[in-house]
Amino acid sequence: MSRTDTTAPAQRSSRGGTADAGERPVGAAHRRGATDVRLAKRRLPRWSSPLVAAGSAALGCGAGAAAGWHNPVQWALLSALLFVAATYVLTAAVEGRRQAGDRVAASLVWVCFLAAVVPLVSLAWTTVRNGSGLISGYFLTHSMGGITNIQPGGGIYHALLGTLEQVGLATALAAPVGLLTGVYLVEYGGGRFAAAVTFFVDVMTGVPSIVAGLFVLSFWNLGLGFGPSGFAGSMALALLMMPVVVRSTEEMLKLVPHELREASLALGVPKWRTIARVVLPTAAGGITTGVMLAVARITGETAPVMLLVFGNPLINPDPFAGAQESLPLYVWNQYKLGNDASVDRAWAGALTLIAFVMLLNLLARAVARWKSPRGTGR
Amino acid sequence: MDTSPNSAPTGVRGKAVRAGDRIFRGLSRGSGLALLLIMAAIAAFLGYRAYLAVSRDSVDFLTSFEWNPQGHPPAFGIGVLAFGTAVSSVIAMLIAVPVSVGIALFITHYAPRRLAGPLAYLIDLLAAVPSVIYGLWGALFLVPYLDGLTRWLDHYLGWTVVFDMSEPGSPARSLFTAGILLAVMILPIITNVSREVFRQVPKSHEEAALALGATRWEVIRTAVLPFGRSGIVSASMLGLGRALGETMAVATVLSPGFAFSWRLLDPGSGTFAQNIAAKFNEADDFGRDALIASGLVLFAITLLVNGAARLIIARRKEYSGAAA
Repeated sequence: MSRTDTTAPAQRSSRGGTADAGERPVGAAHRRGATDVRLAKRRLPRWSSPLVAAGSAALGCGAGAAAGWHNPVQWALLSALLFVAATYVLTAAVEGRRQAGDRVAASLVWVCFLAAVVPLVSLAWTTVRNGSGLISGYFLTHSMGGITNIQPGGGIYHALLGTLEQVGLATALAAPVGLLTGVYLVEYGGGRFAAAVTFFVDVMTGVPSIVAGLFVLSFWNLGLGFGPSGFAGSMALALLMMPVVVRSTEEMLKLVPHELREASLALGVPKWRTIARVVLPTAAGGITTGVMLAVARITGETAPVMLLVFGNPLINPDPFAGAQESLPLYVWNQYKLGNDASVDRAWAGALTLIAFVMLLNLLARAVARWKSPRGTGR
Repeated sequence: MDTSPNSAPTGVRGKAVRAGDRIFRGLSRGSGLALLLIMAAIAAFLGYRAYLAVSRDSVDFLTSFEWNPQGHPPAFGIGVLAFGTAVSSVIAMLIAVPVSVGIALFITHYAPRRLAGPLAYLIDLLAAVPSVIYGLWGALFLVPYLDGLTRWLDHYLGWTVVFDMSEPGSPARSLFTAGILLAVMILPIITNVSREVFRQVPKSHEEAALALGATRWEVIRTAVLPFGRSGIVSASMLGLGRALGETMAVATVLSPGFAFSWRLLDPGSGTFAQNIAAKFNEADDFGRDALIASGLVLFAITLLVNGAARLIIARRKEYSGAAA
């Protein structure tokens, strides 16, 4: 049944054109007689692509089921291969080789896109399905105090609190430095020093989070002898956040029209006041967006937090003394415990975390849209 | 000073202006300097700790295949880690680069215009998903799912050694799975950068190709890809940098084990970052120094990869600026 589906378009389109042209090279039709001269080459009808797709999907799944494969991914792979092959053969026969190459490229691009969407949809779906069961007011307002590892119950209040404190501290450390560095690069920069800063900011963006954690560990904990604390984690998070803030500040300041600066300077306003009162407010929306995106990025960082904050099932509201918990760390620790109750908690924590990060992202973009420069004379 | 009524106010004002400017300039310059100092401090502190560890190592740190800093004498090396990191990253790149370029082309050249915007936005959001969630998904969803595929590979391609499993049916907590998970994770990064590059291709190039009768694929092959080649390379290297340093996702998926094996489907191996996460809690102070030493190697590698990527981007900027 599926076999006839894939061949159907070829038969129909050859019936629609000159008789039995499907077997001959394209040029042959033109040579046969003046009655048949057409400037446009023959095209496959528009509905042939979905038909081939449906046909190869049916065939792929059918063959997969027949061969006893239990994995739908393998069915999909086979279907995709069949689709590409069928498209090529069909187009080469009707439209010519170059068109066939074009179609194959198009279908490969589509396959790439679908292949990327599948894991991402699955990731979102799995997290929501597994995590939503446990989320409740109780879960969000209680800690793990008094709950043994295999016991259901408990909550993430301590982790939420820890994450908010650590991320807040990290932002307080990183945002001013990042902002001022961005200002320096755009407003004052231009020498070799600025070039070096730009280069190292770029390189710093790529520093793995665990290396940032190891650095703070070797400097703060092993070097100066402090124990694990939320603040140690914040320092590592700040390191990861700084380059992101610098980059976004830089990009945004570059968008501020020169006329604004010149007008302000021409009125005799000193440069630093021009920057503080004219340039920065103009770019404020974009900079806010950049900082929020950076916050979203560090909220999910686990590795440095694991090395430096250590984890704590109880509520510790003081980020400067003693081990704390954080959301990503909570997810990781609960996963590591490996029993049903803890894995459920891990999923619920993951859902909370992902919701928090996505919310920050959406907010950041909303700010960007709301504050986007409208008609700034450029 | 006060004798000339005209110059006095401007002089005072000028001084005040210069002071404010100097402070502000100093602050912003100092921030830039602080960033450089932090980078230097990272290298210095990691280097010092690494030196403490490696100087007491009884075997060659760079080539040895064991990890036993608690032993007498301590013996640890990064052979397994280097191998595992390289293999998982290579698998990730082999999968992610073509697919990402495909997605980027899809967004810029194939997708219906109404779909392209939201799609780009979606991919942006994906880059923000925390790695520990990728890890959770990988361990509890992807690993059972890949069982069938690994059995199939073992059955039909087992003769290649690489795809041979010493115990068919063992869970797919292998470098291979880690590579696939890393591919999913770095996909958004490579896609985003490539997309930006493809978008910058001069319209005139594409129109010229179209005017010569090129099909859409021929336009891409002759105008878009050559223009975007260096962009794709640097995007891939940024992705590689992320894959090399990824910790939690790999640590969740890979079953801990410190064995060197060419059998990529066998569970148990290590990468630099995964090993640090896995061994950190049980390590004593010296063990931590040893882990820091391996972290320093990772730092150096990612520094090289990212630096190279940025240099390529910078060179391309100059080139395209001159051409535009």
